[in-house]
Amino acid sequence: MTQAINKLLVANRGEIAVRILRAAKALGIPTVAACSEADADSMAARLADEVQIIGPARADKSYLNVEALLSALQRSGANAVHPGYGFLSENAGFAEAVVQAGAIFVGPSAETIRRMGDKAEARRTAQAAGVPVVPGSPGELFDLEAALKAAESVGFPLLIKASAGGGGRGIRLAQDAAQLAEEFPRAQREAQTAFGNGALYLERFIGRARHIEVQVLGDGQHAVHLFERECSLQRRRQKIFEEAPSPVLSAAQREQLCSSAVRLTQALGYQGAGTLEYLYDDSTGEFFFIEMNTRIQVEHPISELITGIDLVQAMLRIAGGEPLGLRQSDIQLNGAALQMRLNAEDPARDFFPSPGRVEQLIWPQGPGVRVDSHLYPGYAVPPYYDSLLAKLIVHGVDRDEALARARLAVEQTTLTGMASTLSLHRELLAEPWLQQADFHTGTLETWLAARRAGGVA
Amino acid sequence: MAEHSVITPLPGTFYRKATPESAPFVEVGDRISADTVIGLIEVMKQFSELTAGSAGQVSAFLVEDGDPVEPGQVVATLEE
Repeated sequence: MTQAINKLLVANRGEIAVRILRAAKALGIPTVAACSEADADSMAARLADEVQIIGPARADKSYLNVEALLSALQRSGANAVHPGYGFLSENAGFAEAVVQAGAIFVGPSAETIRRMGDKAEARRTAQAAGVPVVPGSPGELFDLEAALKAAESVGFPLLIKASAGGGGRGIRLAQDAAQLAEEFPRAQREAQTAFGNGALYLERFIGRARHIEVQVLGDGQHAVHLFERECSLQRRRQKIFEEAPSPVLSAAQREQLCSSAVRLTQALGYQGAGTLEYLYDDSTGEFFFIEMNTRIQVEHPISELITGIDLVQAMLRIAGGEPLGLRQSDIQLNGAALQMRLNAEDPARDFFPSPGRVEQLIWPQGPGVRVDSHLYPGYAVPPYYDSLLAKLIVHGVDRDEALARARLAVEQTTLTGMASTLSLHRELLAEPWLQQADFHTGTLETWLAARRAGGVA
Repeated sequence: MAEHSVITPLPGTFYRKATPESAPFVEVGDRISADTVIGLIEVMKQFSELTAGSAGQVSAFLVEDGDPVEPGQVVATLEE
């Protein structure tokens, strides 16, 4: 019972709302922007055919308010909702509610969102599809004897984690069996005290990991990949600088990685755009699935640039019932692309948020340059939402050309009225280790700490 | 008695509690010192503590828990 999209409600804000509106317009789909009161004057509100105000500034009263969005959907007469990223984009209850209201949720089914949102279930699903996961103990551990036995298959170094923990709490490192014997009882007591549950499990520790992720598209029947992105440069688990393809994979490794992602996507009967995140171990060349994001991602444009495929248009077509119409062999990897996130944060003040009013604004131009942003001169960046201002995206025939274009793009950009991470990118692009792609997920934080200690900022 | 205004230097959302379930940092009538935290300002998903800036007795909150604030806005008053 597929229906075509006759009007689309964009249930998001900022640059991704603008990006979705652009895709809908290209397909001739009338649009409605769902905006909080704080975003009534936003670029998305200006570009959309209609605006529905969904509540006050606070996200929990607007962009996270399912009832408000459903009533905006009804008032506007739209029959589809694009959730963007963040907010309700991976909320199975919202996806379900949209469908129950008789509309199309642009994304996978609520069941798939729920399944991949549950870490343990996602891990089981990946294993069943033959996708490697980080080696771990098969179940919960309650005594040292069982832990030592499990450690034989997990391998050292490993992490001792509390079953009831999360967000990095209750984790201990063991380099060998002797250390495991020492730490396991301590971890047990700690977990019992902190979480009221002493159950532990073991997971291989990958010291120098790269974050590599595969972009996939599926129509429920067929699935394809659009190669991988590497997003190893992170601060507090927030990606700062992304590139496609990964500069370190051989063609054979790329094929192995990307085909594993397609297997899992296919096994899920996945519908829409999704990303499978992996850790890549530089020292062994192994890759391990960690999770799947069942939505469009912030860094999707670099995949678009290396493949020539518009992912957001593809999402809308698939949601409207069209078949994928792409075979894997139709998708060629062309050149290299980089994305630099401009955030309203001050690199000289430990990335303190810096909302403000845009004064001067000049975006870079030239071949292979793209800017995704919701800024305009005079726009007041509200303090209520995340700090992403713009994405500077460049494409070149190879990584060197992309890096050269990135440097030019940064030099050509002028943004005044608030502090931003533009200066950080200028510094990063001058670093030999970045040019040589010699980094892992801890590199950026180490570099920032050294820079602080060196009195640079 | 002199009155002291606690002013937020930041725009964002003001919270009187560390989590929705916690008790407020301070109540009207509390005697507090200059470095007492009276609330949090959330700006772009980062939280900053707002301290009283002067010792005294809390006389009023001019902003409700969860309300938006602008830089320079008076959040609370103290009797010094």
